[in-house]
Amino acid sequence: MTADRNFRRSPLHDLRDRLATLSGAITVTETPFLAQINVRASTPPSSHPGDVNVLALGPDEFLVVGPPGAEDRLLAEYRAPGVSVVDVSAQRTALDLSGPAVRELLAFGCSIDLHPRVFAIGDCAQTVLAHTPVVVQRRESGFRILVRASFAAHLAAWILDVSPELTSGH
Amino acid sequence: MMLIPCPWCGPRDESEFHYGGQAGVAYPADPAALSDEEWARYLFFRDNPKGPFRERWSHSAGCRRWFNLVRDTVTNEVLG
Ligand SMILES: [Zn+2]
Repeated sequence: MTADRNFRRSPLHDLRDRLATLSGAITVTETPFLAQINVRASTPPSSHPGDVNVLALGPDEFLVVGPPGAEDRLLAEYRAPGVSVVDVSAQRTALDLSGPAVRELLAFGCSIDLHPRVFAIGDCAQTVLAHTPVVVQRRESGFRILVRASFAAHLAAWILDVSPELTSGH
Repeated sequence: MMLIPCPWCGPRDESEFHYGGQAGVAYPADPAALSDEEWARYLFFRDNPKGPFRERWSHSAGCRRWFNLVRDTVTNEVLG
């Protein structure tokens, strides 16, 4: 937790330049090193305004996502009797997707309905995108995909592969 | 592809789930007292109805919770 962050390389470090070539219909950026705390509790942890999101992963399982470096603060904040808090920040990186074709892109590899009518801002789901287990979160700016570090390059390559097929947003 | 209703996540593709077989098979109260045949019957013998079947599913690619549902083995219709 006190590792020197200057030497960290994000899982998609080497694909950043290629992802940056996407623009217009779809914009993809990696948001690496987010603080991610897994909370097991029978009642949902209090949600936060601002830069911390509480994602419901199951009836008694929650993922608290905060800015890089917030791990210790969040661990301390959510620690309570009968509650398990674990720092899982290194497990996943985040891909932030936006643009007019973002739902079309996701529909190529994800079978759940992400229309705003049923998947509103703040909603999240654990599902499969391009055969990869992901957490999908709807945000005001688009979608955030939390993906395991070892699957991130595959998912980014899939996005690069699919994006020329997009018909909307041009 | 079946659409399976997870109690927590809603309807999802069958491929997100892991099948757990017949529901309600109780672990023997005193396993050591069972004969080999009785133990084998507990381990391996399951109902195989043509029609409604109560079975276990795990939403392994989603919330990872186990739940029971009743499925018609002829039509694959989920009955509850
Ligand atoms: Zn589920």
